[in-house]
Amino acid sequence: MSELPKSAPAYARRAGAEPQRAYGEPAPVEPDRPSEGRLIEIRREAERRGRIEGAGIRPAGAPFPMASPETGYYGIHLLKEPQWNWAIPLYFFVGGAAGASSVISTAADWVGDDFDLARKARWLALGGAGLSSALLVYDLGRPSRFLNMLRVFKPQSPMSMGAWCLTAFANFTAAAAFFDLVRERFGTSLPVRLLSGATGAASSLFGMPFSNYTGVLIGATAVPVWNHNVETLPIHFGASGLQSACSLLELWGFDDSRALNMLGVGAAAYETWEGFHLESDSDRVNDPLKHGPSGWITRLGGVLSGPVPLVLRVLGGSSGSSRSRSMRRMAAWSGVVGSLLTRYGWMRAGHSSAQNWRIPLDIAEDSRVNERLQSKPKLAQARSVEAR
Amino acid sequence: MSVTAFLTDSTLCIGCKACEVACKEWNGIEDDGLTWSGFSYDNTGSVGHSTWRHVKFVEDGNGPAGLSGPAAGFGGNAPEGPTWAFSSDVCKHCEVAGCLEACPTGAIVRMDFGAVYVQPDVCNGCSYCVVACPFGVVQKNQKDGRAFKCTFCSDRQMAGLAPACAKACPTESIKFGELDELRLRAQERLEELHARGMDDAQLYDPTETSVKGIHAMFLLRGDPRAYNLPPKPEVPTIYNKKGWMASAVAAGALLAGAFLAFAGGRR
Repeated sequence: MSELPKSAPAYARRAGAEPQRAYGEPAPVEPDRPSEGRLIEIRREAERRGRIEGAGIRPAGAPFPMASPETGYYGIHLLKEPQWNWAIPLYFFVGGAAGASSVISTAADWVGDDFDLARKARWLALGGAGLSSALLVYDLGRPSRFLNMLRVFKPQSPMSMGAWCLTAFANFTAAAAFFDLVRERFGTSLPVRLLSGATGAASSLFGMPFSNYTGVLIGATAVPVWNHNVETLPIHFGASGLQSACSLLELWGFDDSRALNMLGVGAAAYETWEGFHLESDSDRVNDPLKHGPSGWITRLGGVLSGPVPLVLRVLGGSSGSSRSRSMRRMAAWSGVVGSLLTRYGWMRAGHSSAQNWRIPLDIAEDSRVNERLQSKPKLAQARSVEAR
Repeated sequence: MSVTAFLTDSTLCIGCKACEVACKEWNGIEDDGLTWSGFSYDNTGSVGHSTWRHVKFVEDGNGPAGLSGPAAGFGGNAPEGPTWAFSSDVCKHCEVAGCLEACPTGAIVRMDFGAVYVQPDVCNGCSYCVVACPFGVVQKNQKDGRAFKCTFCSDRQMAGLAPACAKACPTESIKFGELDELRLRAQERLEELHARGMDDAQLYDPTETSVKGIHAMFLLRGDPRAYNLPPKPEVPTIYNKKGWMASAVAAGALLAGAFLAFAGGRR
């Protein structure tokens, strides 16, 4: 956006008064040479002959978009884009890993007889719960009012359910981690064992929905690409959360655990299937998952959390040899990065889906309309090239 | 108190934007910035956190070959003249409102007279309502941090006054009254318009979808899509059931998988 001239009124130059165009590029303001030349010709012709024959000029930015059943309302998108900041996709990742980690902890403790893994998985869950809360509060427009989330209990609002779930999960995980500490310090007595088991079970109980509810959260919205996939999003995000929990624990040193590798294989297998499922759905609603920046982020995330760790984990196994360990670590890094990219990809896809003005208005694709609506940005580009 | 509503009759709108100004004046809303859009006389584009009434200028600029614009003479102009119609857009105050359902703080409430109202002293700016609105109305003001939209002039209505926009409308294009009565008046007006040969006149009131009707209805000529009104708005709570079912499946799979893996993976 070019700076406003000094002569512009004060209110126009005030901060926050920057023009916000709902659609397309800013209208070009600089005169272009062919048009100016033609205007001069027209003036001369008028002086000489008193009338003008032949064409005039194309006004800057012409042809103008119009409002019609084919072009919608000037191609201005109806839906508002999501207004969450970078912290929310990161929260999806952290929360997913924390919830799954809590379940891993309980399973390792109860049936795996692996207290060391259980303890560390619990700490991972606790750290994740704390970080999740911080990220959520950070994103609020009024962070000091974060407790308002607990004013009401609203089953029809996934955001309300998520806030309550996080609260319960964080508290029970903290209690479970405390009793883990007691067990470690003072040994296992029956009351401690019972309390540890009960708080661990409660932490896992809330960890299960917490690891995947973010799929419901974005699925139950007006954003087409999200609500179109509402039936698979929670499973997709749940598998992604499990993948990242296993990966983080492996990177923490449990790269010879057979159970973690099996869980990792399961999650990677689901993510591979999910990738095929999304690629084979040819509905135009899914286009943001395949095209443009959001498409490439989602696809890269899908490959890194699906086929890549799947192959590495199956080949690497859990023998504990240095070759196996290094392959497991590679799979873990791939899984963590893939899981993170997946969340950012879906968020970005939501933005580009909300910008699609055709889908909510149920308007078919039409290349002539595209041409007309894109003529303005094209002109603006041509002009800026000329100016350079 | 009875349930009140708006009926915005675009066949009477002259595009003067008095409603926009009255709304800004009464509610003390900030400016939207200055920009030239090239979209007819509409430099605002859509309703948002700082625009609660928005006049749409539906103009067919003698479009390219093969594209149908509104019918000739559309908008009450002479048959040979360019076609131009205006319609003042506003929050629809849905019967089943996506923003109200989604709000996790209870900041968004339903007033006695049917308005969907965002309590500014409760809203904490989580922006979930923004993606829950099928009409793209409610928006977070990034500087302020809270979400804003039309209040249906709840303060004026509680004092027995008509909303500022309806009060200021010089042609009575914006009608304010009881919902049921306005629905009847809309039917009468439609019959009148049809009798005068305006066969493309219709009432926009999506009672057939999950939104179950709106408290701000629109009387339009031509296709509602040219006015950016969705043919099938759905309240996002209809996706909840499918979503939570999938969530339960994922949770079950996680639990079973973890226990099986550790039972089988015991070293």
